Amino acid sequence: METAFFLLFSALTIFCALMVILQKNPLASVLFLVMTLFWLAALFVLLSAPFIAAIQVIIYAGAIMVLFLFVLMLLNLKAIEEGVKPALKVTGVAVALILLVVAAVVLRSVPIPANTGFSRSAAELGSVESIGQMLFSVYLLPFEIASFLLLAGIIGAIVLAKKDRKP
Amino acid sequence: MVVSLNHYLVLSAILFSIGVAGVLTRKNAIIIFASIELMMNAVNLAFVAFARHWGDPGGQIFVFFVVAVAAAEVAVGLAIIVVLFRQKETVNIDRVNLMKW
Repeated sequence: METAFFLLFSALTIFCALMVILQKNPLASVLFLVMTLFWLAALFVLLSAPFIAAIQVIIYAGAIMVLFLFVLMLLNLKAIEEGVKPALKVTGVAVALILLVVAAVVLRSVPIPANTGFSRSAAELGSVESIGQMLFSVYLLPFEIASFLLLAGIIGAIVLAKKDRKP
Repeated sequence: MVVSLNHYLVLSAILFSIGVAGVLTRKNAIIIFASIELMMNAVNLAFVAFARHWGDPGGQIFVFFVVAVAAAEVAVGLAIIVVLFRQKETVNIDRVNLMKW
């Protein structure tokens, strides 16, 4: 059962990801990216990480992608004429394939240590309780730094997007 | 067939390669941005797969931080694209070679 779901979700994820980079219209491209994020959230549920799956849907697909669509519609872009040289296209795809082959070789040759020490059950692993407990104890400093980073992002976006700046 | 860690890592590598191909072959700045998001999500998948493999929630917490960084990055990056469009009336990266030497 899990195998069937994994195959289904991964096939859909790869299909939607391919459509993201193959679409001419940027709007369709971003909408396919939203679909990709949804299928990835389904894969996270399979990996017993329901909290991360919820975050993926609410923050990524819900907030970040809405920002994408908002800017896209604000700019009112037509599908820009992309004078991409075929040579550049072939080179780009070749580089991506080489990267994939290198990753496959690394995966085959590097042994991944088996589970040692940590022995949490699958239900306990991704629960809000266990994640929250670690987030506010072990990872408290990175959590606070992340909030400062978001503050800097907000201020940066406002400063950049202000209409008339006196030089 | 039992779904193992390797299956998820291969899927993650495929998604990352698709993102790299998108960055290298497209000229629309927004689609390049979307491809970068694709690569980030491929890495997130690998993190969650390792978290399950080792039974350690640390990987899932790292995904949390990656999402926070992605949110900040998208806010600033899209603001830059808006300013760029106002100045040049295009988001084709070939027309934007201000910093090219």
